[in-house]
Amino acid sequence: MSDSSSKAFGGLADALSRGIRRLSAGLWKRPAIGAGLLLAPPLGWFILIYLAALAALFISAFWTVDSFTGEIDRTWTFANFQTILSSDIYRLIAVRTILMAAAVTITDALLAFPFAYFMVRLAGPRQRIVLFTLVLVPLWSSYLARVYAWRLIFANEGALNWVLRHLGFDGVEIGYTNWAMWIVFSYIWLPFMIMPIYAAIERIPYSLFEASQDLGAKAWRTFFKVILPLSWPGIVAGSLFTFSLTLGDYITPVLVGGPGSDFIGNVVYANVGIANNIPFAAAYASIPLVVMAAYLAFARRTGAFDVM
Amino acid sequence: METRAARIALTAWVVFVLAFLFIPIVIILVYAFNASNIQSFPIPGFSLRWFASAYENQEIRTALSLSLKAGLVSTLIAVFLGSAAALAVHRYEFFGRDAVSFMVVLPIALPGIITGMALNSFFVFWGLGLSFWTIVIGHATFCIVIVYNNVIARLRRVPKSLEEASMDLGADGWQTFRRITLPMISTSLVAGALLAFALSFDEVIVTTFTAGAQNTLPLWIFGAIRLGQKLPEVNVVVLVVMAITFIPVLLAYKLTNQAGPMVK
Amino acid sequence: MMHRVTKYAVTGAALAAAVAFSVSAFAEPAAPNYPKTIGAGEGALNIVAWEGYAEDAWIKPFEKETGCKVNRKYAGSSDEMVALMRQGGGSEYDLVSASGDASLRLILGGNVQPIDVKLIPDFDNFVPDLKAPPHNTIKGVHYGLSYEWGPNVLLYNTDKVKTAPTSWAALYDAQYKGKISVPDNPIQIADAALYLSKKDPNLGITDPYELNAKQLDAVVALLKTQRPLVKKYWALASDEIELFKNGDVVIGAAWPYQTNTLKAAGAKVADLIPAEGATGWADSWMLSAKSSHVNCAYKFMAYVSTPDVQAQQAIYFGETPANLKACDAMNKADAGSCAKYHLDEATTYIKQIKFWKTPQQTCADGKKDCTSYTTWQQKWQEIKG
Repeated sequence: MSDSSSKAFGGLADALSRGIRRLSAGLWKRPAIGAGLLLAPPLGWFILIYLAALAALFISAFWTVDSFTGEIDRTWTFANFQTILSSDIYRLIAVRTILMAAAVTITDALLAFPFAYFMVRLAGPRQRIVLFTLVLVPLWSSYLARVYAWRLIFANEGALNWVLRHLGFDGVEIGYTNWAMWIVFSYIWLPFMIMPIYAAIERIPYSLFEASQDLGAKAWRTFFKVILPLSWPGIVAGSLFTFSLTLGDYITPVLVGGPGSDFIGNVVYANVGIANNIPFAAAYASIPLVVMAAYLAFARRTGAFDVM
Repeated sequence: METRAARIALTAWVVFVLAFLFIPIVIILVYAFNASNIQSFPIPGFSLRWFASAYENQEIRTALSLSLKAGLVSTLIAVFLGSAAALAVHRYEFFGRDAVSFMVVLPIALPGIITGMALNSFFVFWGLGLSFWTIVIGHATFCIVIVYNNVIARLRRVPKSLEEASMDLGADGWQTFRRITLPMISTSLVAGALLAFALSFDEVIVTTFTAGAQNTLPLWIFGAIRLGQKLPEVNVVVLVVMAITFIPVLLAYKLTNQAGPMVK
Repeated sequence: MMHRVTKYAVTGAALAAAVAFSVSAFAEPAAPNYPKTIGAGEGALNIVAWEGYAEDAWIKPFEKETGCKVNRKYAGSSDEMVALMRQGGGSEYDLVSASGDASLRLILGGNVQPIDVKLIPDFDNFVPDLKAPPHNTIKGVHYGLSYEWGPNVLLYNTDKVKTAPTSWAALYDAQYKGKISVPDNPIQIADAALYLSKKDPNLGITDPYELNAKQLDAVVALLKTQRPLVKKYWALASDEIELFKNGDVVIGAAWPYQTNTLKAAGAKVADLIPAEGATGWADSWMLSAKSSHVNCAYKFMAYVSTPDVQAQQAIYFGETPANLKACDAMNKADAGSCAKYHLDEATTYIKQIKFWKTPQQTCADGKKDCTSYTTWQQKWQEIKG
């Protein structure tokens, strides 16, 4: 670079850095503008796209659709909600979905906790890396492929029955049942439960452990009185994932479920496909929305958001 | 501190959970070499032909490249918007701060089918044809959460006093950000980005509603599963993806790991 | 301050969206907009097809010949096809292979546009009943081009079911408890209605798609007794293939496609049409009202109507072509297949199949007490549980 152009360049850089200093000083003095600038893009995205779409969707739950032509009739009505509440089958499906989500959450919490505890307390640094990677790698293989693999395992002449029969037992007819779904859901969301619990246990100061011991508490007492309460936010954080992901899933019931396995998601999906009856689908989808809103409010109070 | 019995029990539990986690992976591996295209057990014979046919399958390549592109763009958007939101919430006190944290979590907390349906109707209303960009919008929306969570978790561990000290020593806001804050959150940004990419890469429910006639890799996999003609190709693709992503996952862990006080 | 701004912004945006919100849908069939000739291809074509309806064997040569790259989206039910064609305002896909129970919904919803059959050279060779059938032609305007047709069959495992069943009653038989599979599709109610019309003539069922409330209740009651016997209601074609191959199911309702695929893989299965007769499907290619690849679409329709492609498709899936001239091509590829799929007696055979059509509230005789498809869908959900 020639002398004069490098000087010009230097001059430009100087002016630029002075400008930036002025700007950042100004922003520092007026935090509202700083916050505004930072918040505007993400907030704008969320409000204008996501929340607007959600609002429009749930407003349409109060409309109905002509089943043959797919035209929306925009007269305000509770008809969709009445159908849902008065119909046995829709109530049954909603209850079934929520109970399964709860069962999966409890199962995963039980499976994940000792695993996370081991990772924090008993694993050396290298072992921890290995375990961490092993837990996350399945997440990188396709969800569909893993669910499908379970379908193959549970088939009448699949891997599970092959092993059982070789061991001398009868085969089990577990394929396409709610039991199969429970196992598959617990399997798929397990990493989402392990990670937050790990993060929560990790933050417990070792000194609390020692203090508890010094005060004479044996291992189980320390566990119930010290470790469990302190890692509770992690459990709740993980449960947010397992609960909500199970509540909204419709693919696993299609692949692994049988008669009597339909979930809220399946009804919603079917109704989006039936002459685009989005109003009814939206009305039915308000069930998981309400359930999750309540769950989120509860989770926030336990401090789970800090450990996610 | 734990008794010997407890140690043995815990170790056994870990082995059991790992086996549970990897049984389907092993099945996927085995069936990638299935000589027949009907998936029964045990497999009738071994064959490498699915690797060849998957390699030549144009649809797989198109789907893979679409997934990669959508993932990259969504992650980029998420990194900017997610970190901006995290910084704002962490640094500034303002009314509605709690509401923002709550709102950002919604795309993950609400079932994917709701997000998918809502976005689909939204796009139709605005006359946006479903395209690459609608896929990106859908993915970015929940990727923002991942980055936000990671960055804000890290920011909470960063003592505010460091920033103040930097200012006391004469650095302006931008310099403080560039020299103090950014390096501290950089690893959480990268980890968040990697996780967000992983989520976008494997997402199927929201994508079903936001993709038009095109296929991302998960959509292709679902189509292949329903067709049932060339199932082992799916296994091959999944295997290759797993093998390739092993390293980024390792990286993500190393970057986020900070040994806590409970560890010896 | 921020909080209030946030609240107003949200409410404002939502209200604005809601007030103007509408799903773009017409209430009436689209008007004709025929191209003068089939022009140059646009380079791409997006189709929604039944599983097995767009195989590489004939798609690849088409792509080569015309330069129209075909993107295929598979669907397993008419409901899915209707949804896909309406998705994104209706402009996502160009062609759909719609069965008779989807076609009318698409026509009356304004989702498909009339087709100029003069641009399809092979149209004159079609089975007369399929040139202007009521499910794709309204008042002489063709909204669909007939493609192929066939019956829903009873599929069974020849090893486990020793004597061939003779009646649909086999699907309601407790001896096969937990080993039965039927399609996950509300239109299955018609299959049960067909069986019940012969088993219980007092009900007075003449058309399985036109059931009054009392008849529907009887059919639903029958299907509810079937449910404990069903292993899985199959939604994807590959579901049923796997169920049979893996021994989960020994008898079920299927398309000939599953039979062919299973036999090709060495499974011991066979299919038949029981004494009561069968429901079936007559598929038509329909062109989206908002298609952006009209030339490629016409090229495709002309291509798949030729005898060779019709024969290929028929033998692969196990169905019957609309093009009578395909008989020779079929026999060349698979000796005796023309007779096997009844193309040589098409005009009589076609009358034995009760083709899918969308149940509507107005019966054929004008009475308004027939149950509509929406009711069938709700009942189907009740049956499945």
